[in-house]
Amino acid sequence: MKENGQKVIEADHLVKIYRRGSEEIAAVNDISLSVKVGEFVSFVGPSGSGKTTLINILGCLDNPSSGKLVLAGRTVVDHGEALSEATLTKIRREIFGYIFQKFYLIPTLTVIENVMLPFTFYKKPGAENDVERILKLMGIDHRKDHLPGQISGGEMQRVAIARALVNRPRIILADEPTGNLDTRRSQEIGDLLKGLNQKEGLTIILVTHNPALAKRADRIIELRDGKIYAPVHA
Amino acid sequence: MIKILNVAYKNLLRKKTRSGLTIIGIALAAWVLVSLLGFNKGYESSLNRDIDNLGFQMIVTAKGCPYEAATLMLKGGTGLRYMPQNITEQIAREPEVEAVTSMLMQAVFDPNKGESGGYSAYLGVDPATFPQMKSFLEFKQGKWFTDPDALEAVLGYEAAELEQREVGDPLLIIEKNVEVKVVGILKRTGTQDDGTIFLPLNSVQKIFGVKDELTGVGIKVKKEADMVQFEEKMYKLPDVQVVSLSQVKQTIMTLVSTAKVMVFSIALIAILISVVGVINTILMSVMERLQEIGILKSMGATAWDIFKLIWLETLILCISGGMIGAALAMATAKLTEVLIRQLLPYAPSGGLVQINLSLIILTFGVVILIGLLSGVYPSWKAGRVRPLEAIRSQVE
Repeated sequence: MKENGQKVIEADHLVKIYRRGSEEIAAVNDISLSVKVGEFVSFVGPSGSGKTTLINILGCLDNPSSGKLVLAGRTVVDHGEALSEATLTKIRREIFGYIFQKFYLIPTLTVIENVMLPFTFYKKPGAENDVERILKLMGIDHRKDHLPGQISGGEMQRVAIARALVNRPRIILADEPTGNLDTRRSQEIGDLLKGLNQKEGLTIILVTHNPALAKRADRIIELRDGKIYAPVHA
Repeated sequence: MIKILNVAYKNLLRKKTRSGLTIIGIALAAWVLVSLLGFNKGYESSLNRDIDNLGFQMIVTAKGCPYEAATLMLKGGTGLRYMPQNITEQIAREPEVEAVTSMLMQAVFDPNKGESGGYSAYLGVDPATFPQMKSFLEFKQGKWFTDPDALEAVLGYEAAELEQREVGDPLLIIEKNVEVKVVGILKRTGTQDDGTIFLPLNSVQKIFGVKDELTGVGIKVKKEADMVQFEEKMYKLPDVQVVSLSQVKQTIMTLVSTAKVMVFSIALIAILISVVGVINTILMSVMERLQEIGILKSMGATAWDIFKLIWLETLILCISGGMIGAALAMATAKLTEVLIRQLLPYAPSGGLVQINLSLIILTFGVVILIGLLSGVYPSWKAGRVRPLEAIRSQVE
């Protein structure tokens, strides 16, 4: 159920410069790209190539030094000027679901409490009706009353993915989601992400060092020294 | 649906020892606060009660008349001035007055007293009002007079020693050649009452031939009355002088106020220590969870949401500590009193530590205020963290 064609991310000449003393480092150096609704895009490249910086900018977690960013038709950054933090918070909770290498589950909350944690702060109407389905989809419904310390690493990442999904995001941003998992669990997470993209129609932006996982994407973009080195179609 | 309060509570469970120690710190501060405030209240009211037990707070005498036995002795038993007896009723009508008692003092020289003779002070008192007003007077032997006109005497402790009399013995009033019967001997009070011989007012008036006249009227003033204003009113009576215990009471209460400042200073120090403890705990907890706070922000939590979460954690700690502290203070009130009595052997009688509901509510108010104030900085710090900075905080 992919609805192709419409652009959900449009980045135009994005630049992110960090200063270390008098030295300036361009972590993202003039990157322009667009992502369509329902697309699965992987960013690959060596460490320090700017993958995480770019995904953070695209996900409104970081502001670029210059350039323009349009998300779902709304200009978020123009000429390096971002919207207020409060507005960015609203955009983040409306559009994105984030998955990180570390799972960041609250150890004293059960699996279901961790999954429903976003509702404490914001809840899209009717989103609570999806919780059971998402737990089943992630294969953790039988673990919902367990504490994170009682489940495996792979299951913890599934909980983190479920947590990213409960508020019905339009885009999933996954930064090294399998970085802490073994090959088999990594493959399972890859299957899950692919399934979410194909069956749920979610747009997925993935950053990974794992070539096998990257290949699940529709499009692989390789970064080097903060620039797009080679866009590769899977 | 998981509520923010539940998240805050479960966050505190993550570091049980640290949260527990912080709660203990707050509980100790609350305990000290409740105990000290309870002691302050109890001590003040006990002292007040003891002062009130002195009997009357004011004596109205005829102008120039000595109002206590010692002065009368110094004046060689002379210089007595009289007021008409009906002045008592006049004074009793004043709205500030709780009770009045009429008194007539007389002194007689007894050549057999001591080596070269001495004066005996006789105080005629109203058997209907005087014993009630001086309810703290205790008898070593016997009791008060049986009749307002009886020829009976109650001897102060020292007077009994000096006269070498016991209950049932006769006592001769030299000069007047009247014999009265000793019906009671008082215990030592440490006041001039110890050296006084009490007789019924009517009997003294008859024996000394001063019908319908008094030397003094003892007045017990209502607690809520303005003493100074009442004193001024009394001075408007013709040819009287007013001797007030309010000055004495005021002096004692000033001393108590000084002690009160010290008590509050100690309580303040205890509170400050617990505030620092709470800030430290919450701040450490915020620092350790920066990444998590970043994740919560990426989930859509606003700065205010994070502020509320951290603030709630502080409040939970403070309320728990406050409850434990208040319970401890109530449970150990008696023990505290015993300890204080060992340290202050001359402490006033009655309950020295008074813990009541209003005190508990006050302490809770203070503890919640501590929570609100000490939570502000860590909560504000956590709330303003940018999500990416927080997420990166341990990675870098």
